Amino acid sequence: MASQEVLREESSRASFINDPKIRSLFFQTLVVIVLFGSVWWIVQNVIDNLQRLHIASGFGFLRGRAGFDISDTPIAYTSDSTYGRAIVVGLINTIIVAVAGIITATIIGFVIGIGRLSQNWLIQKICTVYVEIFRNIPPLLVIFFWYSGVLAVLPAPRDSYHLPFGSFLNQRGFYFPRPVWGEGSWLIVVALLVGIAMAWFVARTARQRQMATGQQFPVLWTSVALIIGLPLLAYVLSGFPLSFDLPKQSTFNLTGGFQVKPEFLSLYLALSCYTAAFIAEIVRAGIRGVSKGQTEAAAALGLRSGSILRLVVVPQAMRIVIPPLTSQYLNLTKNSSLAIAIGYPDLTATAGTVLNQTGQAVEGVLIMMIAYLILSLVTSAVMNVVNARMALVER
Amino acid sequence: MGWNGNCVHTGKKIRFCLKTEKGLWVMKHIAIGILGAATLGFMASAASATTLDTVKAKGFIQCGVSTGLAGFSAPDDKGDWQGIDADFCRAVAAAVFGDGTKVKFTPLSAKERFTALQSGEVDILSRNTTWTINRDTALGLNFIGTTYYDGQGFMINAKKLPGVNSALQLSGAAVCVQSGTTTELNLADYFKANKMEYNPVVFEKLEEVNAAYDAGRCDVYTTDQSGLYGIRLTLGSPADHVVLPEIISKEPLGPAVRQGDDQWYHIVKWTYFALLDAEELGITKANVDEMKNSASPEIKRVLGQEADTKIGTDLGVSNDWVVNIVKAVGNYGEMFDRNVGSGSPLKIARGINALWTKGGLQYAPPIR
Repeated sequence: MASQEVLREESSRASFINDPKIRSLFFQTLVVIVLFGSVWWIVQNVIDNLQRLHIASGFGFLRGRAGFDISDTPIAYTSDSTYGRAIVVGLINTIIVAVAGIITATIIGFVIGIGRLSQNWLIQKICTVYVEIFRNIPPLLVIFFWYSGVLAVLPAPRDSYHLPFGSFLNQRGFYFPRPVWGEGSWLIVVALLVGIAMAWFVARTARQRQMATGQQFPVLWTSVALIIGLPLLAYVLSGFPLSFDLPKQSTFNLTGGFQVKPEFLSLYLALSCYTAAFIAEIVRAGIRGVSKGQTEAAAALGLRSGSILRLVVVPQAMRIVIPPLTSQYLNLTKNSSLAIAIGYPDLTATAGTVLNQTGQAVEGVLIMMIAYLILSLVTSAVMNVVNARMALVER
Repeated sequence: MGWNGNCVHTGKKIRFCLKTEKGLWVMKHIAIGILGAATLGFMASAASATTLDTVKAKGFIQCGVSTGLAGFSAPDDKGDWQGIDADFCRAVAAAVFGDGTKVKFTPLSAKERFTALQSGEVDILSRNTTWTINRDTALGLNFIGTTYYDGQGFMINAKKLPGVNSALQLSGAAVCVQSGTTTELNLADYFKANKMEYNPVVFEKLEEVNAAYDAGRCDVYTTDQSGLYGIRLTLGSPADHVVLPEIISKEPLGPAVRQGDDQWYHIVKWTYFALLDAEELGITKANVDEMKNSASPEIKRVLGQEADTKIGTDLGVSNDWVVNIVKAVGNYGEMFDRNVGSGSPLKIARGINALWTKGGLQYAPPIR
């Protein structure tokens, strides 16, 4: 080391050009100048062009009256609302379909991924076929498959399929009874929260007891009984305050109840099925990445195969699974912009309509880009926290 | 960090705040920077020459049309674009080049159309587009006139909904509509004004709306009435569908050009007027050559037969420009009949699109 430093000092004395420090500084400055120069050039050019073409610019248009309606409005929205609110409605729709899709894709993905490693020949093959089909078809086609191939061929509203519990299925979507909360129904919600809190407490106590005495306690069934039983008890005690608004036939459609539109259904199902194929492969890789010795050691301790998977293999596999899983969640969120092909009012669709009604192309596209960027960064941040908690804690 | 003053302070951290004027300014400039390269950043060279010069240099007119609306702009079985909007571009090509075939068509969705014209991708937007003040001002366009006076209507499947014969009975219906159109806005206004509920089913492309309506995803299809007649022909069983009598809006459809090039604006505008004047004077595709020797000084002037005439050259085209237009597409009446009127499957009556001399609204200033 010492001799190298001596050499470097000598060379710098010999020539500026050969000094690595000066040279690196020079090139970094050059890159910064070129970068900012080209950005500045593009910005100037766009400003000039917008002015020359007499196109209005700025974000003031967001406060204008939108004037168009949106089919799925999770927050209050009418044609009198502002353009800004229309974009927010679209953003919330994107978040809804992304969150629902991520949850479902994760569940399907884990089931299929573990299924591919099953000893059962049939299950293993079925899961392999699933992965190979959905992984190799573009997501847009999967969306069209659900929309035009499955949901559009359902019967018209007049001949809906009658399903249990007053639900209906037809080409306008899936209708089910909407709960109407009556007087005193807050008791049910309180009971549910108490049930969840008690289930958590039971699980904790049971774990401590197992640690101390080795005795096990049926945590799962107790929790289910608490979470379902307590609200049910509250429902009876408060005098049956909950009623249901049932879907009914009217001139055009079914009215009343809660409607899940085919646009949402097909997008949600398509994104879930498509992403699940990738998650399945990630899960399989994660499980394969756990050394076989771990399984054998657990088996030698007398654990059953279910317990080996749950207590030994999956916790270690998660360390491998989570980082690539984050990428799949981001992909799913971004793929939700394909909604525009089937008319689900997500961010791309509503912001696109606003863009077209106002002509503010530069601003409209920028809003979309920033919104997706923020969604992705939030997803990554959440997954990084999960990853940090799952990482191997070395003792 | 000069604009932190207006922002929300939480603890020690300063949050980025979009409400400040300067914040918006910064955002806007970032926006322009990011998108500039893609949309407007590289336009400077193309825009320095006039549209007429660029068009002449490349040898054809780039014409923005719809993705396929029967009667207005739709490819036929040979792949040639047919319709009143497509023919209008041919008329402009005839005026500029003396040859109506020197046109290339760019199919555009409702959403793409204005950007395509603004960015210079097309020279004329002739795509059943409604003339509104917003489009004439904030969007930087210039509409040259109304080639087709239309109004928005509703179509339903009479077989599935036998009792419905007025738009006022449509409360609760699912309505199929194309996004980013004036149709979408009029629909919202109409249902609101009549205190009716509806369920919008919105698609970006015309074909998607057609398919959804045909499949029964919605009860009602709404667009310009002329469009409804055209779309009805493409449905599975056209006879089952009826167009309801109500017209809920004014939809003056016309071609548009970019702002800031008066010469090109005048050429396109006077092509439209020439089509109308030719019809008014009885000049047709068949008789245009005889008409050159007409005794009427007005007809001779319009056809560029007046001695030392400068009408055409002042406009930037040749003096026999009207002859070329009529030879290429006929007069306005012939264009109408062939594409949407009695000579077409649509069979739409002239109605308010008749000349002013026949009780309609089509009126052109004199060519002199």
